[in-house]
Amino acid sequence: MNTFFTTDTLIECTYLVATALFILSLKWLSSPVTARRGLFAGEAGMVLAIGGTLLHAGIIDYKLIAIGLVVGTIIGIPLGNVAMTAVPQRTALSHAFGALCVTVVGTAEFYLRAPDIGPFMMAVLSMEVILGSLTFTGSLMAAGKLQEVLPQRPITYKGQNFVNALLFAIALVVAVILVIHPDQIRLFPIMIVIPLIFGVMLVIPIGGADMPTVISLLNSYAGLSAAAMGFVLNSKLLIIAGALDGSSGFILSVIMSKAMNRSFTNVLFGGFGQIQTTAAGAKEAPPVRSATPEEAAGILGAASKVVVVPGYGMAVAQAQHKVRELYDSLTKRGVDVTFGIHPVAGRMPGHMNVLLAEADIPYDKLLEMDQINGDLAQTDVALIIGANDVTNPAARTDPSSPIYGMPILDVDKARTVMVIKRSMAAGFAGIDNPLYYLDKTLMLFGDAKNFVSNIVRELTGGSHGG
Amino acid sequence: MKLDLLTGLYVFMLAAFIGFEVIRRVSPLLHTPLMSLTNALDAIAVVGAIILAGEHKTNLAAILGTIAIIAATSNIVGGFIITDRMLKMFKSSGPRSSGSAGGSAK
Repeated sequence: MNTFFTTDTLIECTYLVATALFILSLKWLSSPVTARRGLFAGEAGMVLAIGGTLLHAGIIDYKLIAIGLVVGTIIGIPLGNVAMTAVPQRTALSHAFGALCVTVVGTAEFYLRAPDIGPFMMAVLSMEVILGSLTFTGSLMAAGKLQEVLPQRPITYKGQNFVNALLFAIALVVAVILVIHPDQIRLFPIMIVIPLIFGVMLVIPIGGADMPTVISLLNSYAGLSAAAMGFVLNSKLLIIAGALDGSSGFILSVIMSKAMNRSFTNVLFGGFGQIQTTAAGAKEAPPVRSATPEEAAGILGAASKVVVVPGYGMAVAQAQHKVRELYDSLTKRGVDVTFGIHPVAGRMPGHMNVLLAEADIPYDKLLEMDQINGDLAQTDVALIIGANDVTNPAARTDPSSPIYGMPILDVDKARTVMVIKRSMAAGFAGIDNPLYYLDKTLMLFGDAKNFVSNIVRELTGGSHGG
Repeated sequence: MKLDLLTGLYVFMLAAFIGFEVIRRVSPLLHTPLMSLTNALDAIAVVGAIILAGEHKTNLAAILGTIAIIAATSNIVGGFIITDRMLKMFKSSGPRSSGSAGGSAK
């Protein structure tokens, strides 16, 4: 008995240290300078906690644990080595795995303990499996949309919100019945299947432009379900890790929603794309001015301050390395080049920063919206690469626009605006962008990667001529 | 070691407050690595799965536990690898500014 107590205390001590390391890990992540130290702290905490758990006295079967750890590692390594452009779908997939783990553990715990489950325990167990299973399918759907194996356009139908609310209500009612009558074991599968369907239904109407918010929200759910699992398993470590993950996802969701001037409910129940398709395309498009790579290179080379605004289109065209060449050749000529990053540019929080960092652009040149907007009036050229809605001045000026009130990058205040775009087709949200029809705007039609590399060729080839 | 409901809620509340305060300070530059790191840390749920599979109380529990270990471990391994790859990419424009760059986080 005495030895058992000692081992148990030792295990708890490893959890205590792991908890401290997890908090330090997130604290050090606050700045790029200390971020890698934070990563090592997280890894150390993880190894410690797993090591401590393996000492657990009740464990009799190490074979299955070994199989799980080995197979998980084999799956994890390729998932850690995906291309940087695939990071959004990888992240969604990892939320699905996290939720899967929580859901199956919750299921196993229910069948081990039922019908001898107290009301509180059953309530957190219900929360664990409901959140877990809806996050599982919701994240798989999000990953499918991001990987483009599923249609990216929002899929909406009449009565959609009613169906979703009904599904969620059924799951809640089943949970309440189980809390009162935990011996109704037959009802438990319903509490898993209904949220699984609900997760699919929840993400179906969401378009690609709303993905940053949805991924953050699913992140938050994954964390909360893990915290609920911590309550079920009496594990403070898991409660804390879940609470940290849940609050991280929540903060990111709030930032993303604010950056789109929308509420959570609006993102989840809005069916964004539909509304704007009807709003756009009504009137005849006015003429635009277009320019060739030579002309664009001439203007960029003569500028003293250039702000590049990247968007999802840059990621799609894989243009970040060509953008780096452009950055180099302009910087060599003494042009001050910075990047203006909108919080929802791309498909997940921080997407553009990662791609540009991958292309070796120094992070102190990547400026947030608030930092760059004051400078744009003194900017010679704002070069927009694959971004659309985040630069749309209608958000400031046109109360009838669906994106009215959304904070944007004020690129229209720059002396010249250049937009690299494949065609005049409306952006992802289907909203017309008045920026393109301004006198100061030059449209550079073509694939982002090719166009940027043509500009670079002009700049480097013509440099001796002045 | 028993954990009663109220203690659990205290722990959850305090951890959530710490989470808010710490994560609010993370620079938007690093929001993607933040998400992959918290995801890896969240996979600490593997400790529950290990006990479930290891105790082997029923075959169902052991099988579900093993599935959970696989899912969580792939998140731990994949999450740490990709976070590391991302963080290695963030470079300052010069050694001079590396000290002050941290200050850009609000």
